[in-house]
Amino acid sequence: MTNWLDIGPLDAIAPRGARVVRTEHGCVAIFRTAEDEVFALEDRCPHKAGPLSDGIVHGKSVTCPLHNWVISLETGLAQGADKGATPTVAARVENGRVLLDAEYLKARSAA
Amino acid sequence: MKKLVVIGAGMATGRALEHLFETAPDAYEVTLFNAEPRGNYNRIMLSPVLSGEKTYEEIVTHDDAWYAKHGVICRFGEKIASVDRDRKVVIAENGDELSYDKLLFGTGSNPFIIPLPGHDLDGVIAYRDLEDTYAMMDAAGEPGAKAIVIGGGLLGLEAAAGLRMRGMDVTVIHLMGHLMDRQLDEAAGYLLRKALTERGIEIRCSTNSKEILGTDGKVKALLLEDGTELPCDLLVMAVGIRPNAALAKDAGLAVGRAIHVDDQMVTSDPDVLAVGECVEHNGAIFGLVAPLYDQAKVVAKTLLGEDATFVQKEVSTKLKVTGCDLFSAGDFADGEGREDIVFRDPARGVYKRLVLQDNKVIGAVMYGDTADGNWFFGLIKDGTDIAEMRETLIFGPAFQGGAPADPMAAVAALPDNAEICGCNGVCKGDIVAAIKDGATDLGAVRAVTKASGSCGTCTGLVEQVLSATLGDDFVLPAAQPMCGCTDLTHEDVRRLIKSQELKSMPAVWQELGWKTTCGCHVCRPALNFYLLADWPLEYQDDPQSRFINERKHANIQKDGTFSVVPRMWGGMTTPNELRAIADAAEKYNVPTVHVTGGQRIDLLGVKGEDLPAIWADLNKAGLVSGHAYSKGLRTVKTCVGSDHCRFGTQDSTGLGIKLEKKLWGSWTPHKVKLAVSGCPRNCAEATCKDIGVVCVDSGYQIGVGGAAGMDVKETERLADVATEEDAIALATAFMQLYRENAKYLDRPYKWIAKVGLDWIKEQIVTDLENRQALIDRFEISQTVYQKDPWAEHAEERADTYRPLADLTLQAAE
Repeated sequence: MTNWLDIGPLDAIAPRGARVVRTEHGCVAIFRTAEDEVFALEDRCPHKAGPLSDGIVHGKSVTCPLHNWVISLETGLAQGADKGATPTVAARVENGRVLLDAEYLKARSAA
Repeated sequence: MKKLVVIGAGMATGRALEHLFETAPDAYEVTLFNAEPRGNYNRIMLSPVLSGEKTYEEIVTHDDAWYAKHGVICRFGEKIASVDRDRKVVIAENGDELSYDKLLFGTGSNPFIIPLPGHDLDGVIAYRDLEDTYAMMDAAGEPGAKAIVIGGGLLGLEAAAGLRMRGMDVTVIHLMGHLMDRQLDEAAGYLLRKALTERGIEIRCSTNSKEILGTDGKVKALLLEDGTELPCDLLVMAVGIRPNAALAKDAGLAVGRAIHVDDQMVTSDPDVLAVGECVEHNGAIFGLVAPLYDQAKVVAKTLLGEDATFVQKEVSTKLKVTGCDLFSAGDFADGEGREDIVFRDPARGVYKRLVLQDNKVIGAVMYGDTADGNWFFGLIKDGTDIAEMRETLIFGPAFQGGAPADPMAAVAALPDNAEICGCNGVCKGDIVAAIKDGATDLGAVRAVTKASGSCGTCTGLVEQVLSATLGDDFVLPAAQPMCGCTDLTHEDVRRLIKSQELKSMPAVWQELGWKTTCGCHVCRPALNFYLLADWPLEYQDDPQSRFINERKHANIQKDGTFSVVPRMWGGMTTPNELRAIADAAEKYNVPTVHVTGGQRIDLLGVKGEDLPAIWADLNKAGLVSGHAYSKGLRTVKTCVGSDHCRFGTQDSTGLGIKLEKKLWGSWTPHKVKLAVSGCPRNCAEATCKDIGVVCVDSGYQIGVGGAAGMDVKETERLADVATEEDAIALATAFMQLYRENAKYLDRPYKWIAKVGLDWIKEQIVTDLENRQALIDRFEISQTVYQKDPWAEHAEERADTYRPLADLTLQAAE
């Protein structure tokens, strides 16, 4: 069973937008799609560590603002010819609140 | 040389002349009369011209150069008054007499106007030629204008769809129970009606008109038989055509419903031929292009004394309304001994019906998915026995013999005699032969075989044949689609956003058939720009469709930090501003302070979450965003001009500031940099800017299209003007013209290379009315977009720059 941590209201993230959660070891990016699904990834492109939370969200992908790598929000894998992966973080929405995997965040903070 | 006089420069005579010149270029001296003041154009494509998807220039078949090359004596805009067959002369309206050895009638047809009371009112038109099309386009230009189209056939619906795309309220009045009753059955007619209704076209079937009402000689409403009065500003009659045989009849030729011709296209006079919609052959008259082209081949051969016979063939029909796919061929009325195979997929709006008799397909109606239309049409024409494949017949050729459902496989599986281009009667074998003779792209195949040269709906098929024949050697033509979400080019999309009045991103995705749910990082920023540039008041800017720099109003750096550049108007600053910049740099630990090439100061390495605070501090000193990150106005670089410089001829700094104050905040297809130099020594380097002004004693030299980036290019002179006001007006009009027309991410020099500086001069230097209209539209846009985004974001959106949650703080607690 996943322990969930309430991060904040879904409304705080624009549709096709993103926000970050700051941890001791860098940020986790939370994305909201046009269909109000929520995904979380490390805020770090596998290419040159660009902040994915500043990218353009389209479908279930985000395009990195530095060099246009397209990263799947579902798998964290780079799309097309590019190879690489960004770790994903379990995320869900409940009663209009965004919840993230508490254990994952705790591990990051403690490590 | 023998003399050939041709009456009418339509598609049929045009095609006959092409065949004639190909076979025997020197056989005849040709004189060509045309009542319309122009040569041969592709009349079938008037509908795309009406809807705004094509221009007239794009549908010209024979231009002046073609006529000149073949020595055709053109008498356009002139009618023939009479023909004296005894003396073998034609008499033109102006009294000229021309003798002929052979005479070819191509007088075409006239639109039928129902003689309702009021049919001669101003605003009641037919839909037949370019003049009619232009009249409709003019009427659609009036805001809130209403149109009524009488006639729910092919032409009427194309007119209705075109007018609707141009923003008019359109109602179609149709006498019969369902639309296109001559080509469609009731079910397909229903689907078509539904699709058109969804586009906002009102359809009234089984409706009879009684009278056209007007005021002051102009149409005002249509009165129906049942007493309903429908107001309108334009009434289009598209109820059919009548062969135009009056001249032939006066000349004493045998005429029934149209001019009688034999199998060689010769009339009752052996030296007079006729072709096209004006002929009657074995009791039939003709309206679709395919049989006319067959006739044209026969005419050319007969003129050269060769044997040829015109044979009537089955014809098929396609409607050219973007997004409405329908196909019909053969006979599909119910009858004894006839059976139907019907396939319906209501969710996709697909309907297919085949009519069988004696194990042969005799009719086909398809709506929504017409990809297999040509294959069924082939079965009808060849009378193929379909008993063996009856079970899977409706699924098309790809399912016969277990072949995969892949369009390429379907094309590869077609036999050589399968028809690809219905208009021109070109079969697959002709195209394959042309390809083997060296025609390796669409243009070459079109030039050699004419396939896809008329209505164009088979273009995709021709490309598939190219691809199947050439394999990997075939590369699709250079018209690059915008991105993977669409097959349309930037130019197509810009035009359609304007002509279809698409005012939101979902409207573009839906109406233009985007293949993705919400676009991608390539198309969204472009669409966002096109929409806000074309509809500044209606469209709501979408920050999520902007690249991060324009979303956060700062320039992202490789480590994810940002750079901050306040505006320094015309490169001027004050000690107070410099002090505020220095204080901000210290307060926010800015690691790098750099002086830019655009005469201002760049603070590099600012953390994203500090942006609203640093902006608020800079705002307090009167500094606003320099838009150093935007596709918009960047800097106006100046020299100190006549204020200080001993060579300065004008106040270049003052003009620079005025230009910057006028133009800042506007979004453009790519970044725009200006400069104003006070004399030809050009210290502000104005001659490599997008817009550069060089002051001289007599006034201002305005140059445009310079570059000093990936390409280095000197500006080209747009105009010399005497006053500052004119210089500012020209620069503003140029900005707006660029905003309204250029492709996203084309700098002005690239755009100018495409449209030509002469065109730009016509638009804003010589046409003062248009210059002012552009300036007016620019100013409307500025009422929305000329605002300091820093102040706005610092005040209203500062939250969004911070983390949603900060777990490092929680851990510390």
